[in-house]
Parts: sequence; structure tokens; C-alpha cells
Amino acid sequence: MAEPGRLTRDEVAHVADLARLELTEDELELFTGQLAEVLDHAADVASLDLTGVAPTAHAMAVSNVLRPDEVRPALDRDEVLGQAPSVEDHRFRVPRILGDAP
Amino acid sequence: MVIGLEVHCELKTATKLFCGCPNVFGDEPNTNVCPVCLGLPGSLPVINQKAVELAMAIGTALRCEIRPSTFHRKNYFYPDQAKDYQITQYDEPINVNGYLDLPDGTRVGVERAHMEEDTGKTSHAGASGRIHGADYSLVDYNRSGVPLVEIVSAPDMRSSAQARAYAAELRAVLIASGASDGKMEEGSMRVDANVSVRRSPDEAFGTRCEIKNLNSVRSVGRAVEYEAERQIALIESGERVVQQTRHWDEDAGRTVALRSKEDAYDYRYFLEPDLVPLVPDSEWIHAVGDTMGPMPAVRRARLVELLGDAGDVTEAQVDQVATVVDLGLDGLVMAAVAGGVGSGLALARTANEAATDAESARRLDPERYVALLTMEASGALTATQAKAVLAELLSAGGGDPAAIAASRGFETMSEDSLAATVADVVAAHPEDWERYCHGDDADRKKLSQFFTGLVMKSTRGQADGKAVAAELRRLRA
Repeated sequence: MAEPGRLTRDEVAHVADLARLELTEDELELFTGQLAEVLDHAADVASLDLTGVAPTAHAMAVSNVLRPDEVRPALDRDEVLGQAPSVEDHRFRVPRILGDAP
Repeated sequence: MVIGLEVHCELKTATKLFCGCPNVFGDEPNTNVCPVCLGLPGSLPVINQKAVELAMAIGTALRCEIRPSTFHRKNYFYPDQAKDYQITQYDEPINVNGYLDLPDGTRVGVERAHMEEDTGKTSHAGASGRIHGADYSLVDYNRSGVPLVEIVSAPDMRSSAQARAYAAELRAVLIASGASDGKMEEGSMRVDANVSVRRSPDEAFGTRCEIKNLNSVRSVGRAVEYEAERQIALIESGERVVQQTRHWDEDAGRTVALRSKEDAYDYRYFLEPDLVPLVPDSEWIHAVGDTMGPMPAVRRARLVELLGDAGDVTEAQVDQVATVVDLGLDGLVMAAVAGGVGSGLALARTANEAATDAESARRLDPERYVALLTMEASGALTATQAKAVLAELLSAGGGDPAAIAASRGFETMSEDSLAATVADVVAAHPEDWERYCHGDDADRKKLSQFFTGLVMKSTRGQADGKAVAAELRRLRA
């Protein structure tokens, strides 16, 4: 068993599954180690005493970046659909979906 | 039963939430798309200021606390978002802790009203034509990125009637706040209902089911009623309610299981790195509030006040008041009453006739409307004639009511010519007149209608029915 709180191989397999990534056993081993190091670094930061420091949501201390509600031209439909591997009835044709929208 | 509702409301902006593509319903598929809403690499979202202001308007209308907020990515694999994630507000929504008062006095809590982007529209094709047998799906991204506010109520409703009332009142508030057109049939407002049952109000909440696809206020009531009965039947037969998402089938009048919560999705929410926080200051919040007119409850109270003592207001008039306010036609009633028209007539014409073409009625010059109702009130036009003139005013988008009346030959019948016509009709039907004069009340009523009909026919509808009946009574006396 890994040390408490340390990322496990099963967790990496789960995340890979969610991201629709197929990993070999070797890759699982490799990424578990690498991701654990990244998380360790985050844990170092998290261990700092931040009493009195306001939380930040972004690296830049900016807020309210907005644009006016003005229409800009859309892309040409033929050009857009021309990029897709499969099109029907002016819509993107995608493989059959199992289940339903979340 | 215990009910909470989640309402998705499309905001009435010109463009989408994060890009300048037009926000329009019903355009040709994939004509309102750009690199941002197609999720193309390197594209960056920028928040639409108007969408933020409409979200704050909703928060203000629902008495929410409007707070600094952030956006997250909600990750899932389904082609209705080209990016494979939806940008939504998660743990820091813009509006929290509000409420909505229903007309019956019930206060329903609003836990949050947060911003997010709408998804694209998928349709399923294949041999069966149904979702489950589909061979493939077709996707239109026109709706992808359209600004939404999701309004989550507290589980404060206890009957299907309350659920209906909440949906109807919220719809009226969304329209009045200018945030939405409230068109449920076009998907501008979509309702999901969480329903559970318990044996007594002292018990903890039971296991709930979420019902999707409620496309009208009426189906909210029907679906909630059906679902509660289904759960009660399960429990009474010794089974248990399974937490799941269910689909309302409007035609069949029942809910069917869509999926169980056991296969709940893991959305891996994380802060959207391409967007910075929204921090509305009180000046901005107040500026938004100042642009908003009064809410439906206030406007209904004003109209009821015009009708006189609340005790004299009939049930039909309460419905008329609700209709007029929902359609935004209360200005016409107020103008008519201010112009000296009786409030009962002003309300009835507006709720029964003007409401049939509310869009045109909202554009109508109130002065023209007042002039028309004044003609009716003074007897210059009969009710039938006034309705016909109003219909033409609405279909033509305006005009002079007096001129329309004249062009249709709706002139006031002088008392003399009315009396002469009545006398002619009576003379032509001596036996009927005899029975009118000497028959019982039922006969007299029937024959009064008979004579009035003949007078109407001979004057092509110009005579006032009430005046004809009065003339008949005078002749008999």
C-alpha cells in the first residue's frame, strides 16, 4: 500500500478511463509516479501557512474581463462542415451515442 | 410529496455567452458557429457583459445575494459540446440564497441561480428512429454556447399545484426582468423536477427521482402528480424507490427510467483557466436593478386595486389580471382606466381580445386603444363592433379606430332608426309579437332573442343588442 494520500495506480487508471485514454501496464506505472510527483509539489504549496492571504482564482489578479453583446460574423457553414469526417443534412455526423447527455 | 425544481433559462442576448455568434432560435443548422463554440484549438472564450447583467437581473428579481463568482469546466464525453466540457459556475455561483413568493403566499427558496453555456442539439438517426436503436447521431452547434441561467429551488414545494404555480410565477418573473422570452415551446425555459414522497411531514425526505423534459407549465403539474403516485404505489407494495433520472412522456402521461444515479458521472470540475472571476461591485448591481420594471406580483396588485375592493373581484377577473400581466399588457389596462374607461371593461377587452395577439397588442399605441374602448363604453360601438375594430387594429399594427369603424359602416344607429327597425320587425311577425307580449318569462326571453336576431340581420350587426331589448320592452308596455 502506498503512503496515505499518495496517488494510487487504480486512481490513475480511473482518470485515464474518464479521459478515454488506453494505457499499457508500463505506462500506468510511469504516469502514476510522474503524477504523484506533481501532486507532491502541489501538496508542498498547500502546506504553506496562508493565514491572512486572500484566495486567488487566477494567476493574474484581474476580474470582469468582458465583451459587448455585439454580433460577429459566424463561419461559413460549408467551410466548417468541410473539416468534419462525416456530415449529413448540414449536421455533424457522429458515432452512435450510448446512454444520454449527463 | 416534496418537490424542488431546476429551471434552465436561455438569456435574451444578441450573442452567445463566450463568443459573438448570434443567439437565435430556429436558424439553419450550424450557421451560427465559430472557433470558440466549435471548441477549435487555440480559441478563447470572453464573457458577454449583457449575459452577466441579465443573470444579475434574475438574481435581483429573486432577491438573491449577488456575489463574486468563477467558472469551471464540467468534463464529459457527449457530442453536444464540441469541447468535451461545458463551462459552468460550480462552487461560486453569481446568485445565491434568494426566494420566490407564489400567488398563494408560499415562499419557495432559491438556493442558487448560476450562469452556464447551453449545449448543441443532437438528433438520433437510424433504422428505428429512436435514441436507443440509433446507428449514429447528428449534431447542430447553433445552440452550443447560448447563455443560460440555471435556477435551483429549495425542496420547498409540497403539491403539484405549487410546482405548477412556481413554474408559472418564475416564467412571469423571467419575462418581467427582461432576462428571457419565457417561450417554453422553443426551449427558452426548461424545467427538471426532483420529486420524493414521505409518510408524514415529520419524516426525513425520501429517495428522490429527477424528471426531465417538462416543456410546459401544465406538464410540470402532470409529471409531478404522476411521479408522486408512482413512488407511493412502490412504497405501499413494499418496494423501494430507486434514485434515478426519469423522462416525462407527455403523450403517454407517464415517466420512464432514463438512468440510475449508480452510474453517476465523474465530471472532474476544475477552474476554467481561460476565464477570470466576475466581481460585480454594488454600483454595477444597482445599475442593473434600476433598469428593471416592477415584478408581476406588484403589477397584479396594482390592477386588482383598479378593480375596486378586493372582495368584489371575481375569480374570472383574477385570471384576467394574471393573463394581462403575464403577457405584459397591463400598461394598456392602466392607460384605459386613466383615460376614463371602466376598469372591468378595460380588463376584459385586454385579457380576452387583445391577449389573442399579445405581440401586436404590446406595440399598440395606448392612445388608440383608449380611444376604441371609449367608443365602446359610450355606446358609439357595440361590443361586437369594438372587437372587430380591435382585431383590425392588431392585425394592421395600428390605425385610427374611428376611421376603421367608419370604413366598416359601424356607425352609431340613431335611436329613431333603431326604433323604426324594431317596429318593422315586430309588424312583420304579429303572432310572435303576441306571444312576446302575453307569454311566460321563458317565452319572452326566447322571443326577445328572436327579434334581436332579426334586427341584427336587417342592420348587419350595427344595432346594440341591449338597446333592441329595451325598445321591445318599451313597445310592450
